[in-house]
Amino acid sequence: MKSLKEVFERAKSENRAALIGYMPAGFPTSELSARLINAMVDGGVDIVEVGFPYSDPVMDGPVIQQAAETSLRNGTSAQDVLNLVSQIKAPALVMSYWNPIERFGVENFARGLSHAGGVGVITPDLTIEESAEWITTTNHHSINRIYVVAPSTSDARLAEVTRACSGFVYAASLMGVTGARNSVSGSASELVARIRRVTQLPIAVGLGVSNAEQANQVASYADGVIVGSAFIKLVLESNSDDDSIARVRTLAEQLSEGVRRS
Amino acid sequence: MEQKSILGHFGPYGGRFVPEALIQALDELDSAHKAALVDSEFQRELDVLHRTYTGRPSIITEAPRFAAHAGGARILLKREDLNHTGSHKINNVLGQALLTKRMGKKRIIAETGAGQHGVASATAAALLGLECVVYMGEEDTKRQSLNVARMKLLGASVVPVTTGSRTLKDAINEAMRDWVTNVETTHYLLGTVAGPHPFPTMVRDFHRIIGVEARAQVLELTGRLPDAVLACVGGGSNAIGIFHPFIEDASVRLIGLEAGGSGVETGKHAATIVGGTPGVLHGTRSYVLQDENGQTVESHSISAGLDYPGVGPEHAYLHDIGRAEYRAITDDQAMHAFALLSQTEGIIPAIETAHALAGALQVGNELGEDAILLINLSGRGDKDVQTAAQYFGIPL
Ligand SMILES: Cc1ncc(COP(=O)(O)O)c(C=O)c1O
Repeated sequence: MKSLKEVFERAKSENRAALIGYMPAGFPTSELSARLINAMVDGGVDIVEVGFPYSDPVMDGPVIQQAAETSLRNGTSAQDVLNLVSQIKAPALVMSYWNPIERFGVENFARGLSHAGGVGVITPDLTIEESAEWITTTNHHSINRIYVVAPSTSDARLAEVTRACSGFVYAASLMGVTGARNSVSGSASELVARIRRVTQLPIAVGLGVSNAEQANQVASYADGVIVGSAFIKLVLESNSDDDSIARVRTLAEQLSEGVRRS
Repeated sequence: MEQKSILGHFGPYGGRFVPEALIQALDELDSAHKAALVDSEFQRELDVLHRTYTGRPSIITEAPRFAAHAGGARILLKREDLNHTGSHKINNVLGQALLTKRMGKKRIIAETGAGQHGVASATAAALLGLECVVYMGEEDTKRQSLNVARMKLLGASVVPVTTGSRTLKDAINEAMRDWVTNVETTHYLLGTVAGPHPFPTMVRDFHRIIGVEARAQVLELTGRLPDAVLACVGGGSNAIGIFHPFIEDASVRLIGLEAGGSGVETGKHAATIVGGTPGVLHGTRSYVLQDENGQTVESHSISAGLDYPGVGPEHAYLHDIGRAEYRAITDDQAMHAFALLSQTEGIIPAIETAHALAGALQVGNELGEDAILLINLSGRGDKDVQTAAQYFGIPL
């Protein structure tokens, strides 16, 4: 499996941003989520973010909330998330709120992810102040730690948070929750510029990116483009398994065109 | 006893588990709170509101006819139900609403379960000229329809929350999502001692006045400290408010009464410390009702204000170090105490508060007639008339 570093370097050499696609584990069913994710990869997604469903997703809008509820009804557990990661054909990350990781055991989770071939974890509600055990454990298992920063994050704090990051930095394009939006917030490019001043790490922008045009715009200043709700919406709207797989693959193809800087 | 930590920890509990987007607002709030604590102008403003608006100090009422059922112990009720808006919630709300103005914000959002915190927030917003949006689980808007109408009459908008269990936990999720989006103009006026730092500390500080007043009042009335102080625990704000000034008084037992619902053994309850495990919920580490995958479990209680699967981190700490004890009171035990206080003393308590009264019946019988018990009568029962009438089969 390629490392995150290799993925970002290769994208750069091809004059494009890396494409990162999000899909919750166990959605709409455990079996289909693996196929959907590999359809995203076939369509051109470079890095996969597997969502660990959580009962109280305060950073998520209605679409991801709905997918998480379905996944929880399917009984998705930490072990299911790790099993899914092991089936993915591209470098895979887990995106998880903190409590499910803590409950499974920080050491168990990091070790399990490493064995499953996962390369990193995005923790949207874990602050650096609460990260001591997480940092030691992920270092030990060579798991990348990706923290999410926001337009409201001060320059001083950006420096501190990015110092704890590895792999890349997740820049939230706007103040708000996940969900497709008509346009990408203007605050995103400004935030990326501020992050560049404090770190050499690649920067990926997420929240609100849903189509090729927006992906193209974000690719002009960021190293990675993150798309989540738009994929899930297609699955919610589709009328059969094959239909959802075809639609997800098509969106991935369009987005992977979009991230090319021409 | 006090934890000295800039991160707002109580032993292993507390802290901040929130999106980075909220850190700046939490830091700003923390500074505003710390500045207000030593700002005599702020303290004077709050004191004037306490005396001329809320009606503080709240009185102590002795309850001898109720006490006859509690082993004959002396029972003293701290009457937070007599505050303007009918519960302790106003103490915290006025404090935070004044801080909101100081921070230059014009909009407050709040979550509410029983509706008492929502009503108090809507009240303070009207008083201070702030816009107010209250998130309330759809289930609770039905259980507490009177309070929904009160909030609307006060000029607030009430947003029914239809996700998850449609109760207080989900109302908090929605309020957090609003806050992440509108944090520049909006203050999240959290109604209990849970949530990320500085909320558990700040909300406690605004409620300490309950215990400070009560401690002096009991000393004056009886010449000694009480043997036990009792309060119901939902998120834990009325309890920590009355407990805190007694923490250094080693002879005083501090007893929190959680909502046992149909019984902790049935799994249908909201007794987070008695029946939960350590975890992270709504930005803080504390006890949580959760399953083996770390998913929050729905809580159950006849009392909307206690129907919450989390609890303030300071209570978790006081429990672990043995300074406070926590018990579960079932719906039926609470309703028995509800009727008993109404019929022996002419005071209809909130159903939340009835859990503390049921605890007093137990503890009074354990300690006997020489004991003095101080109970936080956190709220009045007007809002619960419908639920209680239904419970007792009184036609409406
Ligand atoms: C009267 C009354 N007491 C107690 C509570 C529980 O909250 P806390 O535990 O924060 O005091 C509520 C909450 O709505 C309430 O209305």
